[in-house]
Amino acid sequence: MGGINRSYIVSRLLLWLLTIFIGATLIFIIPRLSPGDPVAAMVSRMMAQSGYVENSTAMIEAWRVKFGLDGPWYVQYLNFLKSCFTLDFGYSLTQFPSRVDEMIGRAVPWTVGLLTFATLVTFIAGNLIGALMGWRKTPNSVRSALPLLLTFSSIPPFIFGLILMFIFAFWLGWLPFSGGVDSQYPEGFNWPYIKSILEHATLPALAIVLTNMGGWALGMRGMMITTDGEDYMLLAQAKGLRPSRLFFRYAVRNAMLPQLTALALSLGLLVGGSTLVETYFVYPGIGWLLYSAITNNDYTLMGGIVFILILTTATAVLIIDLIYPLIDPRISHARR
Amino acid sequence: MSTSTSTPQAKTAYGAGREVVLDVDELRVHYRTPTGDVKAVNGVSFQVFAGETVGLVGESGCGKTTTAMAVLRMVQPPGRIVSGHATVAGTDVVGLNEKELREMRWVKLALIPQGAMNSLNPVMRIRTQIADAIETHLGKQPKEKLKARILELLNQVGLPARVYDMYPHELSGGMKQRVCVAMAIALNPPLIIADEPTSALDVVVQRVVAQTLMDVKKRLGVSMILIGHDMGLQAQMVDRIIVMYAGNIVEIAPITRAFKIPLHPYTQLLIASIPSIKERKPLKVTEGITHDLRNPPPGCVFQYRCPFVQEICRTKKPTLREYTSGHQAACHLYESPDDMGSHAQAAAAMKELDR
Repeated sequence: MGGINRSYIVSRLLLWLLTIFIGATLIFIIPRLSPGDPVAAMVSRMMAQSGYVENSTAMIEAWRVKFGLDGPWYVQYLNFLKSCFTLDFGYSLTQFPSRVDEMIGRAVPWTVGLLTFATLVTFIAGNLIGALMGWRKTPNSVRSALPLLLTFSSIPPFIFGLILMFIFAFWLGWLPFSGGVDSQYPEGFNWPYIKSILEHATLPALAIVLTNMGGWALGMRGMMITTDGEDYMLLAQAKGLRPSRLFFRYAVRNAMLPQLTALALSLGLLVGGSTLVETYFVYPGIGWLLYSAITNNDYTLMGGIVFILILTTATAVLIIDLIYPLIDPRISHARR
Repeated sequence: MSTSTSTPQAKTAYGAGREVVLDVDELRVHYRTPTGDVKAVNGVSFQVFAGETVGLVGESGCGKTTTAMAVLRMVQPPGRIVSGHATVAGTDVVGLNEKELREMRWVKLALIPQGAMNSLNPVMRIRTQIADAIETHLGKQPKEKLKARILELLNQVGLPARVYDMYPHELSGGMKQRVCVAMAIALNPPLIIADEPTSALDVVVQRVVAQTLMDVKKRLGVSMILIGHDMGLQAQMVDRIIVMYAGNIVEIAPITRAFKIPLHPYTQLLIASIPSIKERKPLKVTEGITHDLRNPPPGCVFQYRCPFVQEICRTKKPTLREYTSGHQAACHLYESPDDMGSHAQAAAAMKELDR
């Protein structure tokens, strides 16, 4: 029988840990392979700003100690692993008094909120459109209207975002240009505040949904046509099932399986995949934070963000792996 | 239902007084192609009586599956039923609208599909798929009653009760095909169409499935159309056999007569081509070519391959005539029942060909 057994869960969990461990090791190694010293770079930047910094050598030393960069590599490595484990990445290099975990903590809800919503809408709308396009009984009027929607997917998201911004923010003035929420409203669970959040999220979400929908729709359309040719569809039709049941339980249900695998992979990119959209809408999420960390050479912040991205990707894949046998009974986790 | 619901009468002396379960009348199915319609089923008429198993044989592309699909009203585009009627238990399926058709399906006419390996929805349990067939037509059933019914059906086809909770991928090919048999009899339909039900199986499993079919048929008294090209299987299972060639019926005969005195040269060739374990002989049916189905020639459809072709075969299309009780053939070799003697000549000529 199919289903999940304990040894499978244990092995998946170990794999999850291994993935995160390798990821963490890579983020430790890669910045250290690049030339230059972040602390020296920072101090020289300060020197460039103010002309002269007193005791710069002593200052560099002090900061190296402060950021734990003075010890041998294995001590640094163990410290880094420890900070990954505790999710405590210390202070941001460029915005000194701010702590990395606090900065990430502030950004995560924005990104997760925006992208969970946008990805789900994209997935559902795209697959429904694709399913209708691939279904023989779809009226021709609907069928010919659908490809029009797909032309949006040939426009790069950043161009599309600008077009949306131009139309809805500049021209019509219906929606705000950028940001996450209007700061004039008091933070909390009140309608003006929530409304402001929704208004600010609409354009970035729309840019993501409309440009990504086409890919899902095309994949789903192909799968629907393949599924429709299967013998079980013929038998189901001969059984006299209602068209809705035929469509959802037999055709869509089977055509969805490869799409769900693709969704699992895209969930992994959920947090990190929106950098571009967040940047040009100045949306206060992880993507925008990562962009500013990179432009400011903020190594601790970058390390923290990338680690969070690795963590979410690995976790999304782990979750999909664990629930997959519930979706497709042929995937059995029993060890043979 | 608004369409004709008169019970058709038997059209041959053979069927006199028997209940007609399926009456196919001048059925034509065409497939549209850029260079003209392919006449896949070109005016086919036959009847199936209550409790009878009828074999439908012929080479690939002769229209046997298309005929069956037309009776189910499941001809897929670009195919379409051009004319004719197919009356299943009093209802002409050709005239039904989508809703009437849906309500009629499985209640009056069930299908045991070709390719059993792939006929069950891979993500649904066996119980759900059988329940689907039952509840679509009888409405929501009490849980216990439904379960008892499904277990009874599985038992009838010789499957263990544990199959109830299984998924298709956990079953062997033979078990899957028996699930299809169980599903087909779920609503006690008067007619089951079995489209090469054993062709995807190995011989041992074929036997089991064939046995199951016969058991079920005997117990329920259901009529059955058995499509196939395995003449051996047909000989064992059917009461009457219908031989098709290039979209036309060339012969209908009670099975023993078909094997003893096949009238149509094509039937003779078919039977002569059954491999024998006693001797090896070259295959006979392969000689000649079938005409282009878009442009059937005037005259007999078999003229290009017939070893006994005459002048008249080139110009006049032979009609299906009943020679002895239940034995019909469409061939100019036998102009009247008295000409049956010429069959002896034909058979002798056949032997001659065999050497």
